[in-house]
Amino acid sequence: MKIFAITLNTFKEAVRDKILYTILIFALFMIGGSTLLAALSIGQEAKIIQDLGLSCISLFGTLIAIFLGIGLVHKEIEKRTLYALLSKPLPRDQFILGKYLGLSLVLLTNVCVMGLGLFFLARIYLASWPWHLLLALAFIFLELLVITALATLFSSFTTPTLSAIFTLSIFFIGHLSSDLKLFAARFMGPTSRFLIDLLYYLLPNLRHFHLEASLIHGLALNGIVLFQTICYALSYGIALLLLAMVIFSRRDLK
Amino acid sequence: MDSPAITANDLSKDFRVGFTLRRKRVLYGLNLEVKRGEIFGYLGPNGAGKTTTIKLLMGLIFPTSGEISLLGGKVGDSQVKSRIGFVPENPYFYDHLTGWEFMQYCGHLLGMDRAARDAQIWKLLDRLGIRDAAHTRLRKYSKGMVQRIGLAQALLNHPELVILDEPMSGLDPIGRKEIRDLILSLKEEGKTVFFSSHILPDAEMICDRVGILVDGRLKEVGVLEEMLEAKIESIEVTVREADLELLARLPLSLSSPPLQRGGKVLLSVPNEESLQETLSCLKEEGVRIVSIVPQRETLEEYFLKEVSSSSE
Repeated sequence: MKIFAITLNTFKEAVRDKILYTILIFALFMIGGSTLLAALSIGQEAKIIQDLGLSCISLFGTLIAIFLGIGLVHKEIEKRTLYALLSKPLPRDQFILGKYLGLSLVLLTNVCVMGLGLFFLARIYLASWPWHLLLALAFIFLELLVITALATLFSSFTTPTLSAIFTLSIFFIGHLSSDLKLFAARFMGPTSRFLIDLLYYLLPNLRHFHLEASLIHGLALNGIVLFQTICYALSYGIALLLLAMVIFSRRDLK
Repeated sequence: MDSPAITANDLSKDFRVGFTLRRKRVLYGLNLEVKRGEIFGYLGPNGAGKTTTIKLLMGLIFPTSGEISLLGGKVGDSQVKSRIGFVPENPYFYDHLTGWEFMQYCGHLLGMDRAARDAQIWKLLDRLGIRDAAHTRLRKYSKGMVQRIGLAQALLNHPELVILDEPMSGLDPIGRKEIRDLILSLKEEGKTVFFSSHILPDAEMICDRVGILVDGRLKEVGVLEEMLEAKIESIEVTVREADLELLARLPLSLSSPPLQRGGKVLLSVPNEESLQETLSCLKEEGVRIVSIVPQRETLEEYFLKEVSSSSE
């Protein structure tokens, strides 16, 4: 009940913020703009629109996750809103969990709005309803859940600027870690290889969440791999959140 | 017997500062007991450690050493928190919420059911005079209104102990009087009020006891009147239609030269002994005495002396 109150307030705060609408309108505009690029390709319009659309949703979803996530806790400390909240019988870990769920709800709403736009746009260019997009969108949302957990973790102990740098760095490494591992295996010495391998296993591998290439081009998907990816996102997200809760519960709120 | 409202035993707090994370002590072995039902003023200049102490009481920061007990329980315990109300210094609440929504949010966090929540919110908004602004967003509230909604959220759970950090800071004289009246009415309801302030006249008017904190050290705790009673600086004797030359001839032991004000002359004597001598001397000369007023050190003067002695 208390977690729900925090979740609802976080959601309300985000949806009453004009910045969110600016990002959302810009994202919808970009998705719509993909039709211009599609016009340049011959016979590949639907694929281009879907590909660009899903990339836009992932990119703008990540931007929202990072820019709302990094200030999630810090803003409450800086503005001292947190002091009154924590003076109530509200454990600190429940506060973190509530904030995380609130932001996840904001992202779910955004992915739904942007996804709907893309869904109807793609339908114009396809002979049937593009149901496969729903699976791609669900996995993008899973990726956003992991990124939000990362931003929440950093927000629980550092400033928004550092949180943004850390989260963005991990976001980029998370997309390139497979390439880095391959590169290290081929060209680097044992110490560098060990370090790259360590990073590869420690940091989230975000590439797993991008199914668009397979889905748009009609390639077969492995059900077991999909299930493993879901488990991976949930366990990684939960681990990050638990860490954020432990850190925040012991932190001095100066 | 009820346990004290607040007990702090040998409470110290260090912060890590600078690039090298050097330890800096901001509170030194604080021993404090606040009784149930009293208004306790926690006074000190800016940077004395008042907010640090309050944050320790509220479990927002953790002590380096020492122990705290609130209403007989531990800091941070949910049962204890549900019996406490707190208003932080210069409170700022969610801009995006209306006063009503904010109070509902706090009610949810307190685990109150809807009927109790609604009734208590209206009652408090009425009591604090912000009922009309219930459905206005908090960003449109004036500073005084924000302070009032802060107090309203602190009183939502019928707390036994109310902790206020600088409740009068930044308010105009009317706002300050309203807060003073509210604090007094809370005492009448049997609540304990612990508040920090650097605005001394306010504290002087309403506190049962005060604690004076300077540079992280508690200098003195006591009943304000007793603290200041012991510090009579001089006694002012006002006489009517007296000749200054005559007064100058008399063997009076005055702490400063006589001062003529209209038809009256003001004589300042250093203590009670000199007062008796002065009075008999004046009587013999037939000088009419208008008033005798002991000049106590004000809390402000006492406070300034403590601060300057500490900096020496």
